[in-house]
Amino acid sequence: MPSPGETVPFLDPYPGRSGILSWIFSTDHKRIGMLYLWSILTMFAVGVVIGVLMRLELIAPGRTIMGAQTYNAMFTLHGVVMIFLFVIPGIPAAFGNILLPLQIGAEDVSFPRLNIFSWWLYLTGAALAVTSLFTGGGPPDTGWTFYVPFSERTTTNVSLAVVAVFILGFSSILTGLNFITTIHRLRAPKMSWGKLPLFVWSLYATAWIQLLATPVLGITVALVFIERLLGIGLFDPARGGDPLLYQHLFWIYSHPAVYIMIVPAMGVVSDIIPAFARKSIFGYKAIAVSSLAIAFAGSLVWAHHMFTSGMSDTAVMVFSFLTFVVAIPSAIKVFNWVATLYKGSIYLEPPLLFSLGFIFLFSAGGLTGLVLGSAGTDIHVHDTYFVVAHFHYVIFGGTGFGLFAAMHFWFPKIFGRMYDRKLANASWYLLIGGFNMLYFPMFIIGLMGMPRRYYDYLPMYQTGHMVSTVGSWVLVAGLVTMFWGLSKCFHGPRTVGRNPWGAATLEWTLPSPPPHLTFLDPPDEVPSPYSYEGVKRDD
Amino acid sequence: MTEHHKDYLGDKFGMWLFLFTEILLFGGLFLLYSVYLHRYPAEFHQAGLELSRVFGTANTIVLITSSFTVAMAISALQQGRRVLCQGLLASTIVLAGVFMVNKYFEWSAKIGHGIYPGSPELVDGPGGTNIFFGLYYVMTGAHGLHVVIGAALLGFCMLRIGQGRVTADDFGLLENGGLYWHLVDLVWIFLFPLFYLIS
Repeated sequence: MPSPGETVPFLDPYPGRSGILSWIFSTDHKRIGMLYLWSILTMFAVGVVIGVLMRLELIAPGRTIMGAQTYNAMFTLHGVVMIFLFVIPGIPAAFGNILLPLQIGAEDVSFPRLNIFSWWLYLTGAALAVTSLFTGGGPPDTGWTFYVPFSERTTTNVSLAVVAVFILGFSSILTGLNFITTIHRLRAPKMSWGKLPLFVWSLYATAWIQLLATPVLGITVALVFIERLLGIGLFDPARGGDPLLYQHLFWIYSHPAVYIMIVPAMGVVSDIIPAFARKSIFGYKAIAVSSLAIAFAGSLVWAHHMFTSGMSDTAVMVFSFLTFVVAIPSAIKVFNWVATLYKGSIYLEPPLLFSLGFIFLFSAGGLTGLVLGSAGTDIHVHDTYFVVAHFHYVIFGGTGFGLFAAMHFWFPKIFGRMYDRKLANASWYLLIGGFNMLYFPMFIIGLMGMPRRYYDYLPMYQTGHMVSTVGSWVLVAGLVTMFWGLSKCFHGPRTVGRNPWGAATLEWTLPSPPPHLTFLDPPDEVPSPYSYEGVKRDD
Repeated sequence: MTEHHKDYLGDKFGMWLFLFTEILLFGGLFLLYSVYLHRYPAEFHQAGLELSRVFGTANTIVLITSSFTVAMAISALQQGRRVLCQGLLASTIVLAGVFMVNKYFEWSAKIGHGIYPGSPELVDGPGGTNIFFGLYYVMTGAHGLHVVIGAALLGFCMLRIGQGRVTADDFGLLENGGLYWHLVDLVWIFLFPLFYLIS
């Protein structure tokens, strides 16, 4: 006779425990994942609203809806909210928490209490970031990079914002630490490294970057705080310091951080594509190893953000070369995904659509990254809208679409209900169309010389800016349609079976939604994660 | 709900990962130090002469001794000698206190001579000297904070041993506390020559 914990879905109250406290103090990885999911989606909404307001301001030259100082605060907030509160915790902390233990046949993560603690740290960091807007000398206006010397001198509330970033970094470190330990120690006995789903491999690579790079960010923002408090001058040339060293320290974290953002999305896509091609993944080992290769090589390219900063030409050449090296493992993944689709028995469902969107947009973002990575062309487009376009193609087109793909793939598993597939498909067209309309013109006006972070511009850029702003409206319409379709997952009878897509990883052997207690005993049989022979769809 | 499974190796694995993050945190500061040492060798030499080697050496001996007592405390607990273990932990915490008191006198003396972050003497003096003392305060300050945290952690271990929650069969918490303490010691082993013996 199974205990109630093994039958009651984890979304429903455990017998004898209910209410908000059973969520916010839960040590269950699935519930913590849900807490993260709602938190990051809230932050995403905030970031989107700020982004749309910025686009609206830029629809015409001169002042449209806000002043220059407000605009500076807006782009700072958009960056801080999107990067530290949405994208970095996004896929790993939400879907990683829910799925990692299920995919390796473990009862939970290694340190469940540390897990809920990391969410509380996230919440504290988010609260402080929001508080910094309304207290002190006004919202920070430095950009999310907090470059010195401006960040040390500005009278806005940078001190509180960097404390928030420090705490968020701590939260990220603890999640990474937890995942590495879990993957090493809690795999089911028959779950060998060669049988790990590729999503787990990507979380593993990501966790190492979180663990090893984030402390450097911690000490860097701590130094900004100390400088503002004490005025030592470690980065101040008048006092013997060197502002370039700040940039080095900042990018030693913040470049690897873009791989914290993108690698989990690559893992999502690697899990989805074979399931909808009904064909084993092409190049399992190459994809797994390339995640680690990205994590490693990605830690050695930080100074390509600094080609125009005045560092030595030798350093520019070395970092430019290394930047090209890191493109190789990313390309390996793209080729393997495409090869998986080749001669597959493809059935097109929303998760696959979003994955294909990922491949297309990420490739565009990746290739334009090489334009920025080669020192010669970078001098021309550095700090222009070309960079803004490149970054959004990789992070929104990549990580964002990866997250959307994950939601459409795993929401039926998590909620036990199917979303509206017609709306999901319609939203995909709106999103892809709106996305390209919003960001592609930025490549062009960037090449024409439009600098980033400017509140005003010359009339020659107006057409590009106007198209871009209209694109932002289409994109928002797409987002609204998508969440409208997904909201069907939240109400009504739970009708989805264990395996609506016919996927082969372990989470699909559990009921939808999974019960409170899963894999109390590790599974006896661990199938190959991408072998679909004998796997039946159960929707 | 279910009984709690202890994963002794997993706990220690997690602790080692955490120690990596601490090393990288200090790594950022060591990076700054090495770049500035390369840029201002003469000023660093001059400024290093102003630090008291007596205080520095005394504190080094205090910390190494405390690492020794913490290691003995773990062995004592593993042999089931609980009272001895608690005594050794108490002496470790006392040594941590001695270290901090020493630090207090050292810092006060410096501040009394007008050497503190942002002081007119440093700001108007040579840049290299300002950076040397700036790093001195930041790095030894960050280390001092870790000494306090480490001592608190060991105090928590003592409490758990007193409650019988950490025992000869289940000593993971104490061992991890000890690992943390050794890290605090290790960082100082690098800080000591970089500041006190650089001249």
